[in-house]
Amino acid sequence: MGGPGSSPCASCKLLRRRCAKDCIFAPYFPPDDPHKFAIVHKVFGASNVSKMLQELPVHQRADAVNSLVFEANARVRDPVYGCVGAISYLQNQVSQLQMQLAVAQAEILCIQMQHEPTLQSHHQVLELDQDDKALLLHNNIDNCCNNNNNNLGYAMSSGQFNSNFASPSSIMQMQMQMQDPLKQESLWT
Amino acid sequence: MNPKRCAACKYLRRRCPKDCIFSPYFPPSDPDKFACIHRIYGAGNVSKMLQQLPVQTRAEAVESLSFEAKCRVDDPVYGCVGIISLLQTQIQNTQALLAKTQAEIAVAQNKQNQ
Repeated sequence: MGGPGSSPCASCKLLRRRCAKDCIFAPYFPPDDPHKFAIVHKVFGASNVSKMLQELPVHQRADAVNSLVFEANARVRDPVYGCVGAISYLQNQVSQLQMQLAVAQAEILCIQMQHEPTLQSHHQVLELDQDDKALLLHNNIDNCCNNNNNNLGYAMSSGQFNSNFASPSSIMQMQMQMQDPLKQESLWT
Repeated sequence: MNPKRCAACKYLRRRCPKDCIFSPYFPPSDPDKFACIHRIYGAGNVSKMLQQLPVQTRAEAVESLSFEAKCRVDDPVYGCVGIISLLQTQIQNTQALLAKTQAEIAVAQNKQNQ
């Protein structure tokens, strides 16, 4: 914490000003990590960060600072796409995994249908030939891809950013419908 | 005042010069876009960022900044990092389900071969 006799926080050191006892930055930008504030200041600006923190309850400010540092680092690493590059990469991973899952689920369905005698006798299920199996797999993949595209509404490929995407609030609402949002500690490491 | 000022210069209440760095990306028809970016990043920081980029990448940079700024306005604590967190969780869950399904396939195929 700032104040007479104690070391100024990293923010006040960089901004070359007196670190007040109630300095809004001091709890989150200790003097032993000057890079943390430097990068946030570079991308967002000290006054903007101060305003953002002032608008938040105290118990949420540490997480806000960590997410701002994360975004600032992403923006410095990738000045064109920043965090959006990471979102696009993860979305592609999700798509690929969902496709693989759809294929696997279709395969297990095929195997179960082949070996379930009650199904065959009651529902007169025919033995699936290769073409039928391919169609079943293809339909599953299509459904999976359509669901995923509707969920996030945008894709980046070959460095082309499609600006016709769903709004951030609708993206987050769709994601939250899938599962509870877990703010993982590991995200900050 | 020039009626054809870009959204940035309108917001900042200044003259919009011919070589205004903002005008290709902030048309006057969408004032909220600049307002949101300015609120989170500040006009000066955005201008510096754009100046450091090749011209052909600036449109994409503005779109990604706009997206991140909107995320931050919608979620002042986590911003777009919240979306990253959700995606990571979704990946973990899907990987687990995929592993489980593949194990079931292996068991079923083993039974088939017996």
